[in-house]
Amino acid sequence: MEAKVRVARYDPDGNRDHHFDEYTVQLAENAMVLDALIDIRENVDETLSVRCSCRSAICGSCAMRVNGKATLVCNTPMSRVAPNGEQITVEPMGNMPVLKDLVVDLEVFWNKVKAITPWIQPEGPKPEREYIVADEHMQNLINTVQCILCGACVSDCTVLEVDPSFMGPAALAKAYRFAADPRDGHKQERLELYSQASGMWDCTHCFQCVEVCPKGVAPMDWILELRREAEAAGLKDHNGVRHSESLAHSVKESGWLDEAKLAMDSYGKFSDKLKLVPVGVRTILKGKMPKTGPFHHKRPGAEHVTRIFEELEGKHS
Amino acid sequence: MVFEHDVLIIGAGLAGLRAGIEAKRKGVDVAILTKVYPVRSHTNAAQGGINASLDEGDSWESHAYDTVKGSDYLGDQDAIEILAQEAPSDIIELEHMGVIFNRDEEGRLGTRAFGGASHARTYFVADITGQALLHVGYEQSLKYKIPTYNEFFATSLIYEDGAVKGCVAIEMRTGELHVFKAKAVIIASGGVGRAFEPSTNALICTGDGMALAYRVGAPLMDMEMVQYHPTTLPSNGALLTEGARGEGAYLVNSNGDRFMSTYAPNMLELASRDVVSRSEQTEINAGRGIDGCVMLDCRHLGADLIHSKLRQIWELARDFSGVDLVTEPCPVRPGMHYIMGGIKANFNGQVKWGESAGQSVPGLYAIGETSCISIHGGNRLGANSLLELVVFGRRSGLHAAEYAMTQKHANVGESRAEIDRKKITALLERPQASDMVGKLRMELGDTMNQHVAVFRDEAGLKTAVAKVKELKQRYQGIGLQNKGKVFNTNLLSALELENMLDVAEVITESALYRKESRGAQFRTDYPERNDAEWLKHTLAFQTDSGPRLDALEVTITKWQPQKRTY
Repeated sequence: MEAKVRVARYDPDGNRDHHFDEYTVQLAENAMVLDALIDIRENVDETLSVRCSCRSAICGSCAMRVNGKATLVCNTPMSRVAPNGEQITVEPMGNMPVLKDLVVDLEVFWNKVKAITPWIQPEGPKPEREYIVADEHMQNLINTVQCILCGACVSDCTVLEVDPSFMGPAALAKAYRFAADPRDGHKQERLELYSQASGMWDCTHCFQCVEVCPKGVAPMDWILELRREAEAAGLKDHNGVRHSESLAHSVKESGWLDEAKLAMDSYGKFSDKLKLVPVGVRTILKGKMPKTGPFHHKRPGAEHVTRIFEELEGKHS
Repeated sequence: MVFEHDVLIIGAGLAGLRAGIEAKRKGVDVAILTKVYPVRSHTNAAQGGINASLDEGDSWESHAYDTVKGSDYLGDQDAIEILAQEAPSDIIELEHMGVIFNRDEEGRLGTRAFGGASHARTYFVADITGQALLHVGYEQSLKYKIPTYNEFFATSLIYEDGAVKGCVAIEMRTGELHVFKAKAVIIASGGVGRAFEPSTNALICTGDGMALAYRVGAPLMDMEMVQYHPTTLPSNGALLTEGARGEGAYLVNSNGDRFMSTYAPNMLELASRDVVSRSEQTEINAGRGIDGCVMLDCRHLGADLIHSKLRQIWELARDFSGVDLVTEPCPVRPGMHYIMGGIKANFNGQVKWGESAGQSVPGLYAIGETSCISIHGGNRLGANSLLELVVFGRRSGLHAAEYAMTQKHANVGESRAEIDRKKITALLERPQASDMVGKLRMELGDTMNQHVAVFRDEAGLKTAVAKVKELKQRYQGIGLQNKGKVFNTNLLSALELENMLDVAEVITESALYRKESRGAQFRTDYPERNDAEWLKHTLAFQTDSGPRLDALEVTITKWQPQKRTY
């Protein structure tokens, strides 16, 4: 089949402008996007730099963007991204500086992983043999260790786009793996560490990481699990906890979201609440204040919503 | 720049990481230099598991015997005994380090059956055991604060005053060459699969460590022993784990027969890999294949088992062959997978082939696939390779640390990098040529896969030898399009090809040298094993005119060679 590929180029040794080069190569029917890139750099244009190794979606080297979305190019079939032979666009991952062409500086990524104390810390004397742990615990963790640290989720994380200090989906999914390991002896400290600013409460559940993860790890799900664990461990003095509690409370009581109250409730300290005043003023000036303003009222039929909440809460208690 | 460490490890797969941890525990200054980030290493590709005789009904002797038999009696039995004896405590240690092993109903470590083993002694993490172990090794290297020089490619070993004293390496990010001074160097840089096309191996498996050691006088041992794995995908050579057959999958031919009953009536699909691959190729050659393949049938295992324990290979079959293992059999064929041969090292990882002066390379260690300690002899059993990484990683880390404490750094400075810098500059400055790196590598891969595969003979091997020599000649004339400094993967590929050509020459010459059939080496012109003349290792030394071949006694402790049936 004929593959038309538009590749983002950047050469720090040359004229340093970011541009695209277009290539057309002949490939086997079931070829992956990586096959196209390898064919280009081996037979057409040796100046193209690409990281790749295993070709089996296990080493995590070849994460990059195809048609705007992060993926591993080694398991992305050309037929999926160009079903009718369209030209595809290949670019380096986002949220990381480009070193050359499709190669990004991964130090940003590794530093996030390193920041979560990514090794098990058992407490007390080690058993002579293995730790006795139920297989279901291990199976649950195996879902998280499917992560190959390719960086695709970090590339497309919408929070990282505005706040580079966010721990990010990959590191937080790995964080869950340690917090939930029954052999680890520092769960509480871990949950405190991951609850800090830039941690688990900064995820906005935009689902990007779930969508792009090439291994089906769904990092966001594990971030939400971490939050449940943190709340269950009594770590409630966080804006994130107050935010989710206020949200649930307002929907339960009134049938819908009280946006103004949500903003106020989310901040614990009075001094922080005060900082919202200019935001409120700007919201009004820009015409973005909810029509009800501070006068939130119950929706008709809200009692049904309340009943659903009570039923669910009853089940959980 | 000049960097200095007591122990320098080249390669950050599980062997290198494990060696680093042990050296660090011993208290020396250790660092790892690696051409890819640690978790990108090829240890990832080991799917099925890791062997140990932990079970009460099992014994280390049984594990050792299975390994000796699997090796077709070419493995060194002193090293195999150590491997089998130390396996249980190393598995427990891995568990304590955080590996999420599958469990049995009682919450203890669970096992699965594997090829060539008389007992189910393979511990596993779904079908991502290598990945799970590698990531834990990386985590522990962070815990122990072992510095890693990521994306640095070693271009030569520093050999001074009769010992290895470090290496020169190029930093991919800047293109700069640096000198790494070390009192001991451990090579843990993996195999040479990319000299074959196709191969299950990652693109990084280019025999770099073997070539580096060979050029300072270390012999490469048993290089003719190249394992073809029985279940690889025809499209790109990707591997489907032996764990599938361990869980009960069948191999069938075009008549729908489970043909392994003809070749290995007792062990069937779980005979050792050389036997199964040869059987498959025999079926295919006899016209009982389907488009050059036989079929791997998992359907009777059921969707639940496939999705929980064989999830990765279900994905691979779907992505690369468009096959749903739950409902369809999958075409597979023997594919180049592993090299049993490598840098000759003893059970402490020391590069040493005798007790006399001149029969060792002081300061140099080798572990993992790049080495030949010789655990696997003529044929490696599945799930012994991960084990080898931890046992000999640990042992070499300890030994190298103790050795380093007795040594001083060599008196070399930045200028030592000049030799390598000149060579690379010359390569970059050569004019454009018709031969591109990719083209030469493809010709090499095709040649090796055609003539140095499951069945070999003198004529084919001579053709391969001549072709490799021709390619070495043509390599001297290649020109690179990419002249840049930053992340020049064109340059990297050229240096890797140079390494592969040296190693491939040794593989073909060694296969020609061994005039018998043993393990993975099957010579149609010498179809029998010949213990009287060939129960010995092949050693290849570098000379100006190509490899000089020699023989070395096999170490036998308990198990005398017997006829090998499964």
